[in-house]
Amino acid sequence: MILTMENICKSYYRGKTEVPVLHNICLSVDKGDYLAIMGPSGSGKSTLMNLIGCLDKPSSGTYRLEGQDVAARKDNALAELRNKYIGFIFQSFYLMPSMSALENVALPLMYAGVPKKERMDRARAALEGVGLEDRMKFLPNQLSGGQCQRVAIARAMAGRPALLLADEPTGALDTASGEQIMDLFDRINAEGSTIIMITHEPSIAERANTVYHIRDGRLSVPEEDLL
Amino acid sequence: MLGNIQQAFQGVWHHKLRSFLTMLGIIIGIAAIITIVSTIKGTNDQIKENLVGSGTNVVEVNIHQGDYQLDLSWQQPEGISVISEDTRRDLETLEGVEAVSLYRQRQWSSQVLYKDNAFSGATLGVDENYFRVYGYRLCYGRSFLPEDRTNHRKVVMLDTRAVAALFPGENPVDKVLEISGEPFTVVGVVEKSSQFRPVMESIDDYNMYADQTSGAVFLTEAGWEIAFSYDEPQNAAVKAKSTDAMTAAGKAVADALTASQIRDPKNSEYSYQSEDLLQQAEQLQTMSESTNKLLIWIAGISLLVGGIGVMNIMLVSVSERTHEIGLKKALGAKRRRILGQFLTEAAVLTSLGGLLGILGGIGLAELLSRAMDTPTAISVPAIIVAAAFSILIGVIFGLLPATKAARMNPIDALRRE
Repeated sequence: MILTMENICKSYYRGKTEVPVLHNICLSVDKGDYLAIMGPSGSGKSTLMNLIGCLDKPSSGTYRLEGQDVAARKDNALAELRNKYIGFIFQSFYLMPSMSALENVALPLMYAGVPKKERMDRARAALEGVGLEDRMKFLPNQLSGGQCQRVAIARAMAGRPALLLADEPTGALDTASGEQIMDLFDRINAEGSTIIMITHEPSIAERANTVYHIRDGRLSVPEEDLL
Repeated sequence: MLGNIQQAFQGVWHHKLRSFLTMLGIIIGIAAIITIVSTIKGTNDQIKENLVGSGTNVVEVNIHQGDYQLDLSWQQPEGISVISEDTRRDLETLEGVEAVSLYRQRQWSSQVLYKDNAFSGATLGVDENYFRVYGYRLCYGRSFLPEDRTNHRKVVMLDTRAVAALFPGENPVDKVLEISGEPFTVVGVVEKSSQFRPVMESIDDYNMYADQTSGAVFLTEAGWEIAFSYDEPQNAAVKAKSTDAMTAAGKAVADALTASQIRDPKNSEYSYQSEDLLQQAEQLQTMSESTNKLLIWIAGISLLVGGIGVMNIMLVSVSERTHEIGLKKALGAKRRRILGQFLTEAAVLTSLGGLLGILGGIGLAELLSRAMDTPTAISVPAIIVAAAFSILIGVIFGLLPATKAARMNPIDALRRE
């Protein structure tokens, strides 16, 4: 198991009133899985993604990522977990505008303490893996949306994380570019990477092997189990 | 770290105008401090060089009655013997002493006349070392010869100011003037080789300067006996080996003379005392420094205001770059790294401001020295301190914004549009 979540609850406080967002989420992901989590806005899917991505801590329940207890960790230790185990892919790419594609991809490797030469080599290899070997020195504003997202995928994969976490990866792209990105995801998954994708588009979700639905903070049984 | 610095420079360059305006407070503060310190140092150097040494490092050792210098024109003191040549040579062996000259002096002599012109400067009876010790050089005519002394010739030498007072527009050489009713022939004219130009801090300084510069008429010891008095005790002019040795050398000579020349020195009201110009100069230096130290505090306020400006703009920069911070944290940057990034940026901003301030300060000091004819000297320690201080300001005032950035929650930071 890469990750297991048991009875995860998450509440926010608006003033003094408690606002529950997630109720008793249970989820386990194996190596090589390809999951989609679907839900309308306000369903709690962003909160769930933040929890899976170790950007936030649950109010109660246990979350183990590669055997490590996430809930017990503090800010810096969470940063270390994210750096080591999770590759983020965001809807609006979040590339550093002043850095070239290569430097962007190398950034998480720098935080991991990889020496400069090695991290450049690894970043180059990751960019080649997403088909951008001729765009390494380009700045994000010189690249198309689809290319930017591919840089972001390369960045997420450069650290060889246990899990790729994609939040609406095609949300900012046109249909053709979106298709290309999804093809890339299929290929990455076929090569062995574990992917969790958060989306509200059924056409994107159906690319995954397993689709979970989230509604009002509760996670449904996967569709394939219903079949 | 190097990457941080490079990135910080890029950031500063990217917001050229904003960075410059932010730095302005630091630039003005540092420039003001450098200018003030340079002016203090320049003035002090000049006071020391001009007032203390006159460039010649001479200390005068005079006979005092109690605490006051004895004016021999009114009374001849009892119990003080004339200093012999042997004693003078002994004095030259004292530590820090290079040469000693013996002389007699009337400060306010109005007994020097040529035709209708009177002269109100000093009249001195000098030995053969005097001109050398004080660094006079002969302008024209001749200097005193040994025969002038042995043959009791009634000859006189003048300095250029005395010439201007007594012989306006005339060549004084071979003219005969009158001192205490006796005729003396002018044989030569001397002037001080080093320019004496002290810093005026008070009216007393001006009077002292005026006294010393109203000119002098020089007689030999033999001439002195004819014009003034016989067996008058001398004063000593002590040339020290260096400016710093002046105080010690003057004191050593004064003590030796008090012991050897004055009868019953312990109970006598008379003593030889050295004129401690170094101490006087230090007092003057302290005075000019204390005025300027006040200015440094005022400039320090500008640095404080500048630092607050830096803090303000760093806070703006932090909130502008919320996304960047959020992303970096999501990708695994720890607090220390974010803190380091923003501290570096603040320090680069202020040290750049400091650098510009130092350059501006040097330029301003140079300009001031030319425009107001005051001396300035660039102080290297002040520059080093200013540079270090400007970096420190960056770190101190960058701390709050950088901490704010480092503590940012990555979810909030990423979500915020």
